[in-house]
Amino acid sequence: MLPSNRGHFFKYLEKYFMDFLIFQAPMLMVQASIDGILLGILFALIAYGMALQWGVMNIINIAQGELVIMGGYIAYFMYLSGIHPAFGVIVSPIIMYFVGVGMYKLVINKVVDRDLFISILATFGISILAQQLMNFAFGADVVVAQSNFGTTMLFDGMVTIPNAKIFSGLVCIIAAIILVIYMKKSKLGRAIRATAQNARAAKILGVNTEKVYASTFGINAALCGIAGACIAITFTLHPYTGLPYTVRSFMIVIIAGLGNLPAVAISGMGLGIFEEWADYLIGTEFRIAAVFSLLVIILVYRRFKLSKKREYLK
Amino acid sequence: MKVKNFIITFISAIALLLSTSTISLAKVVGDKIVLGAAVSLTGKYSSNGVHTQNGYNIAVERINSMGGVKVDGKSYKFEIIYYDDESNSGRAAQLAERLIKQDGVQYMLGPYSSGLTKAMAPVTEKYQVPMVEANGASRSLFTKGYKYLFAVLAPANLYLDVAIDTAVEKNGGKPVRIAMAFEQDAFSQDVRLGIVEAAKRTGSKIIIDDKLPKELNDMAATLSKVKATKPDVLVVSGHTKGALTAIRQISEMKVDVPMLAMTHCDAAKLSKQHGKASEYALCASQWHKSLSYRDNYFGGGMEYAADFKKMFDYDPPYQSAESSAALLVFKDAFERANSFDTKKVRDALAATEMQTFYGNIKFAPGGQNISKPMVLFQVICNDDGSKCENKVVAPLKWASAELVHPIPKWSDR
Repeated sequence: MLPSNRGHFFKYLEKYFMDFLIFQAPMLMVQASIDGILLGILFALIAYGMALQWGVMNIINIAQGELVIMGGYIAYFMYLSGIHPAFGVIVSPIIMYFVGVGMYKLVINKVVDRDLFISILATFGISILAQQLMNFAFGADVVVAQSNFGTTMLFDGMVTIPNAKIFSGLVCIIAAIILVIYMKKSKLGRAIRATAQNARAAKILGVNTEKVYASTFGINAALCGIAGACIAITFTLHPYTGLPYTVRSFMIVIIAGLGNLPAVAISGMGLGIFEEWADYLIGTEFRIAAVFSLLVIILVYRRFKLSKKREYLK
Repeated sequence: MKVKNFIITFISAIALLLSTSTISLAKVVGDKIVLGAAVSLTGKYSSNGVHTQNGYNIAVERINSMGGVKVDGKSYKFEIIYYDDESNSGRAAQLAERLIKQDGVQYMLGPYSSGLTKAMAPVTEKYQVPMVEANGASRSLFTKGYKYLFAVLAPANLYLDVAIDTAVEKNGGKPVRIAMAFEQDAFSQDVRLGIVEAAKRTGSKIIIDDKLPKELNDMAATLSKVKATKPDVLVVSGHTKGALTAIRQISEMKVDVPMLAMTHCDAAKLSKQHGKASEYALCASQWHKSLSYRDNYFGGGMEYAADFKKMFDYDPPYQSAESSAALLVFKDAFERANSFDTKKVRDALAATEMQTFYGNIKFAPGGQNISKPMVLFQVICNDDGSKCENKVVAPLKWASAELVHPIPKWSDR
């Protein structure tokens, strides 16, 4: 029951909000936001790969998460053999590029012109296969790679940021910038963009679309490889934990739209911050549910806006 | 006419084959007692599934080589039919059905994990087949009134309540402030219930009660809350992923807590993967090789560990030890029942009261083992962190080292 008097109302509001830990200790807001941004950047990179592939080939890759985990295992095995796992962000995309191209040549080129549903089924199959293969090859243990990067402390130790997370964030940003420049300036980049706009026209004008598709798939896998190497040093790896990455990148792409890198980055980070804040405000058990509810709200709002536009046109 | 004859011969041949095969695969063949087990050899539980299978195998080998099981003056040997349940509970239930109906198995061993045991228990119960399981600790297994389910391990709600008692004791008998982070699955939530009860019993206050979604591998928000509220104990349970994530982020975020209690340290190979960062973590365990329980088959824990290492080339985790104990329980029950009648074997199992190298075993009416306490060990490393050891610190009766409390601050480590 809210009191009718306005002054009382604000007092009530203040009391209500002071019940939350995050408002009692304001430093937590800084911590939550930084954690959210760093988490979001990582997801944004994976989502950008997905958007690229979706935009160019009209394929939704359900095996995206498995590519990420595979990339992570490459960094993990470098760590096991005594090489610093941070170098994984260079080695893993190179290997993953060829994995991606191989995947295209084996399976995807047979479904690329078909209906979206068929490609979803095909990539779903690949994801199950990849999980089982990784399970056979790497075992079912949860593993981590140690970067020993230490921790950055801010505000007298109140806010702590693991340097491995900062490193991952920077790597993701650099990778995204390189990719944008590559897409704008290089021949292949222009061919990819042309194919995305109109595959048939591009083909008529001499673009080898088959090659474009293969490299797009490879580039996506390479991006996943970078993200995977970052995850190996910041979180944990397990053959069956790819799905959350697929789902999250899918969500980011739905919100941001295809082929729009700044939007992907913003929606990735936005969801990251939203998730961290939701943890403090409504509880850890609801943080992922909260993100999905937000997705529903955004989609409903969009529909509403679209229908208004349609009426105007009428 | 020829075709008809052919068909009749074919069908009768198959019928004959089926009838003989059910006889030849029935519960006791010649001098063999056939047990059935579905374990996870592939899928996400495959490492623990293999630990379970190795535990069963070493016990079968030991019992058989030491004279087998004596029933009615005759000596029998154990044999196990294994199937791979692919870490999938639906598959586990199917395989239980198959073991009982097609293979004619009358005595079952449990699979790995609470979830799969939960899937199999209704099937074994339906066919009134006694099942001794060693890897399903969820409390809900023991509240359904199952008559044919027996678990050699302590139920999940007892995993960490010793830690709360220890913390209260270290606090001079005064209540403590508890922060908890538990994954949202049946097992971890049962562990949580145990902590809630312990908190009530000791008058302690729970100040953080986070339930982590299963797909989450980031505890940064929970740990920030812990940093801000400074509890006396932090309790974490979320299988191997939870344990590894917790140690990684606690050390990276420099979270200082006087006591950190968790589960699955062993299975996560915590000290091997995290080295010195995992030091001082307090871990719940069903068994530790340094405990002084003894039996006639394996001797004590140390001997078991050495024999196991010789056979499989790695140190036995408690998942293997408890699986071995399940066979010892079956053997004892067969001999006391002096019969192969499933009802009599079931009654003998219910009346079990024995000591094994793994611990004392006595079943409550619900089927859980009530005479074996959980132990807590603490990870203690040498100075450069190259070698870490698990030292039993609680309960005091079994302790081989003194608990380091409070945990030194990160700035001093």
